[in-house]
Amino acid sequence: MNKKMLAEEIIRISGTDPKKCMKCGKCSGSCPAYDDMEYHPHQFVSMIINGNVDPLMVSESVYSCLTCFACAERCPRGVEPAKLIEAVRLFKLREKGKNRMSAEDVSAFCDADMPQQAIVSAFRKYAK
Amino acid sequence: MKVTYFPGCTLKNKAKDLDRYARECAEILGITLEEAENWQCCGGVFTTAGDEIATKLSSVRVLKAAKEKGEALVTVCSACHNVVKQTNYAMQNDRSFADKVNRYMADEEPYNGETQIYHYLELLRDVVGFDKLREKVVNPLKGKKIGAYYGCLLLRPGKVMGLDDPENPTVMEELIRALGAEPVVFANRNECCGGYVFAENPELAKKKSTAVLSNAKANGADMVITACPLCKYNLQKSASDVPVVYFTELLAEALGVKESCNE
Repeated sequence: MNKKMLAEEIIRISGTDPKKCMKCGKCSGSCPAYDDMEYHPHQFVSMIINGNVDPLMVSESVYSCLTCFACAERCPRGVEPAKLIEAVRLFKLREKGKNRMSAEDVSAFCDADMPQQAIVSAFRKYAK
Repeated sequence: MKVTYFPGCTLKNKAKDLDRYARECAEILGITLEEAENWQCCGGVFTTAGDEIATKLSSVRVLKAAKEKGEALVTVCSACHNVVKQTNYAMQNDRSFADKVNRYMADEEPYNGETQIYHYLELLRDVVGFDKLREKVVNPLKGKKIGAYYGCLLLRPGKVMGLDDPENPTVMEELIRALGAEPVVFANRNECCGGYVFAENPELAKKKSTAVLSNAKANGADMVITACPLCKYNLQKSASDVPVVYFTELLAEALGVKESCNE
């Protein structure tokens, strides 16, 4: 898939329109994972508009997104960057053999108090 | 009044407190939570991608189960509520999504988002009413200073969840007041605890949870309440000296049934 098609496909499945962005930076200003990201929410938006998706596809940043929706809630233009990050993440995970987490990994972070919700949520975000 | 109840996986296991206090207190307030039959796990997080269908079917099934009984659907866990409510919103507003779901479930009655869904907090506020709840309190929690931690899932996306003002919520503060205690408002009450990210980046989750609890404490909270098992886990793991309890436990204490629930 060429770069332009990949960006268009990401925009399509995200259901949001990054071109409405007015570059105010409120998304990245609101992001609780900002310090742990190589590319920040506002960069996801601008890079996808410009068809520059390859660096995002190999970046760890998609896995730092907490899906807390602060960026989406606070965007004055309704761009909802979280949905774009989610779309890139899914594009990575949907590729065969690209699961980020497997059942064998659970014992590494599991303890007696951990709620079931934690495992099902992690598998939704890190595996397909 | 009888409602269909979706407890979700965690309330059947690690978060039994959240579940049993909720059921018992609802009875006192005149509402029976009748558990949906054969419910399936919501999946914990709503996948926002429009082309994800299978991950949302369990929510559609429980919404349909409530519709068939002509009842409202009630959730207690923040995560279940977020997933089921966002799915219902998509069934109401995204024709293409709803069409795919209904064709996948072609052997069943079509569903188009008809079910009314309440989070337990909404049930208390909008159906029971905090004034009526106040009358039922036998053990007012006088002198307790309590911080309400909303996190993300109850509030956002605001236009879909519609539970409260996503930036300045009041429902849990009103609950705390109705139970006779004093609410403590703190800035981080609607900031993320780190959620599932602890599974691969525990430091990030710890940083976020520590920020929440230290902010609550700095504003004078003796304890923090939540509706989310994962928030509770992350907050407690950040090893602060502020106790974190489910809001239903506080409710049971004020209604005088906490002990009997544990027998």
